[in-house]
Amino acid sequence: MVKNNGGIKKLSDFIGFFIESLPKLLDGLYLTILLTFISLALGLILGLLLALGRVYGKTIISGICAGYIEIIRGTPLLVQLFIIYFGFPQAGISLEPLTAALIGLSLNSGAYQAEYLRGSIQSIESGQMVAARSLGMTKIKAIRNIILPQALRISIPAWSNELIYLVKYTSIAYIIQVRELTAEGKFIAAHSFRYIEIFAIIAIIYLVLTFIFTEIIDRVEKKLSIPGIGTIKRLEQRFI
Amino acid sequence: MNMLKVENIHKIYGKTKVLAGVSFTMEKGETKVIIGPSGTGKSTLLRCINQLSPPDKGRVWLEGIEVTDKKTDINLIRQKIGFVFQEFNLFNHLTAVKNVSIALEKVKKMEKEEAHKEAMNELKRVGLKDQADQYPSQLSGGQKQRVGIARALAMNPVIILFDEPTSALDPELIGDVLEVMKSLAGEISMLVVTHEMGFARNVADEIIFMEHGVIAECGNPDKMFKNPEKKRTKEFLGKISSLYGEE
Ligand SMILES: Nc1ncnc2c1ncn2[C@@H]1O[C@H](COP(=O)(O)OP(=O)(O)O)[C@@H](O)[C@H]1O
Ligand SMILES: [Mg+2]
Repeated sequence: MVKNNGGIKKLSDFIGFFIESLPKLLDGLYLTILLTFISLALGLILGLLLALGRVYGKTIISGICAGYIEIIRGTPLLVQLFIIYFGFPQAGISLEPLTAALIGLSLNSGAYQAEYLRGSIQSIESGQMVAARSLGMTKIKAIRNIILPQALRISIPAWSNELIYLVKYTSIAYIIQVRELTAEGKFIAAHSFRYIEIFAIIAIIYLVLTFIFTEIIDRVEKKLSIPGIGTIKRLEQRFI
Repeated sequence: MNMLKVENIHKIYGKTKVLAGVSFTMEKGETKVIIGPSGTGKSTLLRCINQLSPPDKGRVWLEGIEVTDKKTDINLIRQKIGFVFQEFNLFNHLTAVKNVSIALEKVKKMEKEEAHKEAMNELKRVGLKDQADQYPSQLSGGQKQRVGIARALAMNPVIILFDEPTSALDPELIGDVLEVMKSLAGEISMLVVTHEMGFARNVADEIIFMEHGVIAECGNPDKMFKNPEKKRTKEFLGKISSLYGEE
């Protein structure tokens, strides 16, 4: 009896703690989702431009795009964030933490997205481009109407992968004072000393988030799928 | 004025001289067949005509307009020159009918419905009305190539260039494609690279025998098959006929 009472007490205590922490956690969750989606979207636009530049650009353009991708992929995300957050103010550009994090994550994600988009573009037989040109399409029309609709479809699994990385990598923004989910957790823990509980809650929130996102993208992929257009699953190793 | 005039075309890839001065002309409604050993520059010649690979030297005119002139809008000219590829090169994300209509919409700026109607007409013409909504991966090789022909026809070109249109097909599927091509003879000018000797003999107005980047001999099928001027022509035609048969 005594034991049982203790268990119920602990549980109600935990629930109380959870409810108490909820507003802060939701604030953090909001920023995490915001960071994820904006970086993913801006990264996609940047990644597309970089991939197209690499594949179709003349030597100089192609070289610049390749150089950018290599620099971003060859340096830690944390260093990139520090340069933007601490380095830019020295050059007279000071940024809010959130803005700096958005810029850093987008610039970073763009480089990774460029690589798998390039892979998708190059997996489309060159004959289709030739056929499009033979019908009088300009290169740009051919890219827009023939190459991209296929390349983007092929890229969905890799894109889903990038989304899952990003959900978790946004947590790095706490280092430059962005109060996203992990930062809120740390803040709550520092005041309550309930480290295990709070980080267990946070881990579960991340799990649920990635699960929901993966499900959504899987459905989108099925909806957009076309017979005969394969998808390449590419899990790229990423390091912070 | 010739409908098509090809004059002294030269093309060099690296150190290899692929085309070394090719000239010929074509009139409206004519069918010409190009034959020759592999690696002789037949595909390159077709690509030089619509500037997919611009020639290093020489000129091409279509209906009096110089195609090779840098000032000519090549995307306008290409609409008048259909191209049918050995490997079909269909757009894999589009249904058969969309493969045919996409350029009508995006290049000719037709309304969606009008383009669709036009594309359906072309698919009927090649006997693929029932396959309109299938994707390339769901079509047989012969059907794919007929979509390729419909796609070229839809642009209402004055000439269609065929680059070995049946070489990638299983033997039992070749017939359908050749039937479609035969049905076009006379209606539209065709320049066809092929090894199908039956087609060459029965449909072509002229056979052009190419070797080593030049035209070795040309003439009507009767002359080319029965009494060619050059020993080499006789040899090659004999070899090809025994390999591919005469229908
Ligand atoms: N894009 C290219 N780059 C380099 N060499 C090429 C290219 N296209 C064709 N060639 C070469 O040109 C020669 C003629 O090729 P092609 O026109 O395809 O001959 P055919 O169609 O008569 O078989 C071949 O030796 C081929 O290797
Ligand atoms: Mg060839």
